[in-house]
Amino acid sequence: MELIKGRAWIFPDDVNTDVIYPGRYMSITDAEETPKYLFETVYPDFRSKAKPGDIIVAGKYFGCGSSREQAATAIRYFGIACVVAYSFARIFYRNAINLGLPIAVVPGIREHVEEGDEITVDLAQGKLKNLTTGKGLSFEPLPRFILDLINQGGLIPATRKKLGLG
Amino acid sequence: MGMTSPLTLTEKILAKKAGKDEVRAGEIVSAKVDVAMSHENARMVKKSFEKIGVEKVWDPDRIVIIFDHRVPAESERTALGQKELREFVKAQGIKNFYDINVGVCHQVLVEEGFSRPGILLVGTDSHTTTGGALGAFATGIGATEMAAVWATGELWLCVPETLKIVVNGKLPKGVYAKDIVLKVIGTIGADGADYKAMEYSGEAISGLSVASRMVISNLSMEAGAKVAFVVPDKVTEDYVKDRAKGPYEMLASDPDARYASEHTFDVSDLEPQLACPHQVDNVKGISEVAGKKIDQAVIGSCTNGRLEDLREAARVLKGRKVDPGVRLLVVPASWKIFKEALSEGIIETLVDTGAVLVNAGCGPCLGAHQGCLAPGEVAVTSTNRNFQGRMGSAEAFLYLASPATVAASAIEGKIADPRRYLEA
Repeated sequence: MELIKGRAWIFPDDVNTDVIYPGRYMSITDAEETPKYLFETVYPDFRSKAKPGDIIVAGKYFGCGSSREQAATAIRYFGIACVVAYSFARIFYRNAINLGLPIAVVPGIREHVEEGDEITVDLAQGKLKNLTTGKGLSFEPLPRFILDLINQGGLIPATRKKLGLG
Repeated sequence: MGMTSPLTLTEKILAKKAGKDEVRAGEIVSAKVDVAMSHENARMVKKSFEKIGVEKVWDPDRIVIIFDHRVPAESERTALGQKELREFVKAQGIKNFYDINVGVCHQVLVEEGFSRPGILLVGTDSHTTTGGALGAFATGIGATEMAAVWATGELWLCVPETLKIVVNGKLPKGVYAKDIVLKVIGTIGADGADYKAMEYSGEAISGLSVASRMVISNLSMEAGAKVAFVVPDKVTEDYVKDRAKGPYEMLASDPDARYASEHTFDVSDLEPQLACPHQVDNVKGISEVAGKKIDQAVIGSCTNGRLEDLREAARVLKGRKVDPGVRLLVVPASWKIFKEALSEGIIETLVDTGAVLVNAGCGPCLGAHQGCLAPGEVAVTSTNRNFQGRMGSAEAFLYLASPATVAASAIEGKIADPRRYLEA
């Protein structure tokens, strides 16, 4: 698994899926189109300021609320390299993994990172480093099964492999 | 028979579905799915399914598709999506297809006998937990993972730990299942059950109708629950025995099963509860919130749009008028419920008060096309989410409450206690 490196964007606790991707755009099913509405209602500037390769750093329970996959899809297709949070809501967590969007559960991460800091994340080793401050910290890596799924690019490639289709 | 240690209901169902003697919380298993439900987002599932590259779904009889989120279609884009899916279900031989004239998916799964004790039911909607009211391991999943289910019939699941929730006491007048579950969420928090199963028992729960149990299982998702069981009993069996579409098994946790934690409540003195903006766990009693001016009141949805809800709202509203400054919207959870309410005279009572009747569907709850709010407006609603922007503007304010509280508030034009309208 490659080392992820990017600039941090800080989010609060309990960022829900209506905030990430408003319900009014749920009939959009083209993955490439979803980033146009990412965080539109509550963080309308995010899309013009953030860049592909950046990293989202959030508090607890990121992605709570609806099962809409577009919340994870929009983040992934915007090009966010990784979402690091104290904790994730269950369905968002599954959607991210199944779409191959790298995520890391790092309790207390916001105390170590400020907006704009350059950070690296090693998902397999459970190591995060803040290049701006020079400080590093460890976290518990996700189970092997889940890391493998993310590594394979998510559940579609994994299912194709399982069925002998590719 | 070998000696097995005591298991939770969750562990029992997932062990069976994974083809193992036993599984334990924390384990990741591949489980066989009994029922796979999607609504209009089946279109996203279909796209992922096509990317997997399988021609035919694994078992068309285990797939259920129900249109409810945007019915009738509010835009050309939705209309096109629905058209594609009508063609897809025909081509795939999916007979369990419910078009725009049936109801909200979670209600339809129960009414039509798909939700039943002991099965594994997955749905591409977070409130799929509703099926736990009948003892199903019912949980919400994403579209891509549903595509894998369509292709293989199986899904990876992490076996969750279980929170035991015991609710004692007798519900006072004007206090309902909605108030119980709001109290629970307010106590354990919006992530109090994240990635966990909840298991409800106690006299206040066993005394509830299936419709009220559905409120508990539906809203428990807002505490993060992966599944929210009401332990199956005679009420469950009486409901499912004649409508079950397939086999079921009345399972329960072993008496000394291991729980992550146990929470006990007594509802004998509970007052009506409200979830205040913008978090479902920001729960307060009516005495703290009464008097807040409102612009819209919504009675209905998969949480509280069943016959007993409409009946209770009508009891409060009968012979009265909705405050002229308030728009009251009524959304039955299904057309079957609508017809029952019609023949009982409930619909006439509600419309006579000045209510607007919305067709059965997700409607205003979703903020997609019906009953959206303007900036600065306040709504009290019997639905399940009060997130910022959920019902239209991000600058609107949502209070979640029981249908009776919503009805009383509609009369007064401000958040109001329903109990005074229910005397004698």
